[in-house]
Amino acid sequence: MALHRGRGFAAINYPIGMNLGGDPSQALVHSNPDGKFTVALSAIDLGQGMKSVTRQIAAETLGVPIEDVYVDTADSDTGPHDMGSFASRGTHRMGNAVIQASLEARSVMLEAAAEELEVDAADLVTDGRGNIHVKGAPSRSITTMAAAQAAQFKQGRTIAGRGIFLIPLSEVDPETGEMTPVSCFAHAAMLVEVEVDDETGEVAVLDMQSAYEVGRALNPKLVEQQLRGGAWMGMSHAIWETTEPYYPAREHGPRDFNFYLMPGPGDLAPHHISVLERPAPDGPYGGKGPGEMCANPVLPAVVNAVYDAIGVRIDDLPVTPEKVLRGLKAIGGARPRKAL
Amino acid sequence: MAKKPVNFTLNGQDRAAFADDGQNLLEFLRRGVGDLSPKYGCGQGACGACTVLIDGETQLSCLVLAETVDGKAVRTASGLAAGALDPLQTAFMEHFSAQCGYCTPGMLMSARALLDHNPRPTRDEVIEAISGNLCRCTGYEPIISAILAVAEGRVRA
Repeated sequence: MALHRGRGFAAINYPIGMNLGGDPSQALVHSNPDGKFTVALSAIDLGQGMKSVTRQIAAETLGVPIEDVYVDTADSDTGPHDMGSFASRGTHRMGNAVIQASLEARSVMLEAAAEELEVDAADLVTDGRGNIHVKGAPSRSITTMAAAQAAQFKQGRTIAGRGIFLIPLSEVDPETGEMTPVSCFAHAAMLVEVEVDDETGEVAVLDMQSAYEVGRALNPKLVEQQLRGGAWMGMSHAIWETTEPYYPAREHGPRDFNFYLMPGPGDLAPHHISVLERPAPDGPYGGKGPGEMCANPVLPAVVNAVYDAIGVRIDDLPVTPEKVLRGLKAIGGARPRKAL
Repeated sequence: MAKKPVNFTLNGQDRAAFADDGQNLLEFLRRGVGDLSPKYGCGQGACGACTVLIDGETQLSCLVLAETVDGKAVRTASGLAAGALDPLQTAFMEHFSAQCGYCTPGMLMSARALLDHNPRPTRDEVIEAISGNLCRCTGYEPIISAILAVAEGRVRA
């Protein structure tokens, strides 16, 4: 009886968004009389950081401090329409809609400022710190708050903007089957090292090395957070989690967290992450979205590593000790693909 | 149904409230007392989201009868920040130790109890201390890193 080490590799392409009835997101941006901005969205932040990223995008586009932007995702009944937070589409779809809405709001803000400064709006720039001034003449300036108040109480303008980003439905060509279901792909590669116990059938992930190409990482810390947590979930799907271990039979399914197995804090593997930034041409400031793909390469990499370690090819997830032992029995014992 | 008076301290403040017969501490804290920081996850002591400290020890408030805290000191995540944030809260922010945030109050209380008893824990001791708290988002590593950062004095007060 022995422990066998193996390495497995996987590479994935992951589509951003989906192709059902078309994939639109809307955003509405307006200023309040204090010169701060509200971005209304109907897709929600599940903890992945969508509010932070859309806030960054709005502040960058409007040319105001990030503290002056509030992202409101409170109510999909009253907010602008959105398909939702799924399919890794948030940064890409909502981000583009937020840029369009913010550009419209910015142009009204500059018109209001231009009227107060008695200059042409085309000559105005923002400093990102709450001021609007004449290009090349920083002393001829007005705060965004003063511009917003002038618009509200003097000029009767609404500093607001509408944005939509739509990937239209791609029909299938009946002759060739050709279609364009997605406009943007993210990419990843992962190398996993495992140890398989040929007596108990247990698989331990020892090490993960990954490279993710996510467009521009609009918020690098949030990207890393997604990749780290997502790889844990991928590892969990690869060797722990299942709701129906003998599907389609329902027996022995977990009823609660005592039986639904997941790796705990003592079952972690070091994860070395490289993020490659290649800005996407149609992404907001080049961003794509790490989203779901952060879990995906782990599963095939683990299965390949198990094959490398003991010569058992498992094609039914998760890789439970029972499947490993049955596989070993079928081939008459471990047959490591190569000595490490 | 008889109600029982419960006199206890919550985060250092004297509190008195009536507990329903058989009411668990989690429901008592959330509905009776209005402290929403302990979370209801599974209701059967398997997830740790409802972790609170009773006389300094971690307890799963969904499994504790409310009336049994009479005369005791209860601490929850809502009491961690006294004026300034608890160093653990600062460390959790700096290490991006939360995504959806649902496990966070329980994680913080498990970590607080650990550091109160053992200010310089090893990584294995940190893992042991949070092993009763499930997290679905972070992969645990950022949480372990945050607790170790506090233990090693690497967090600004």
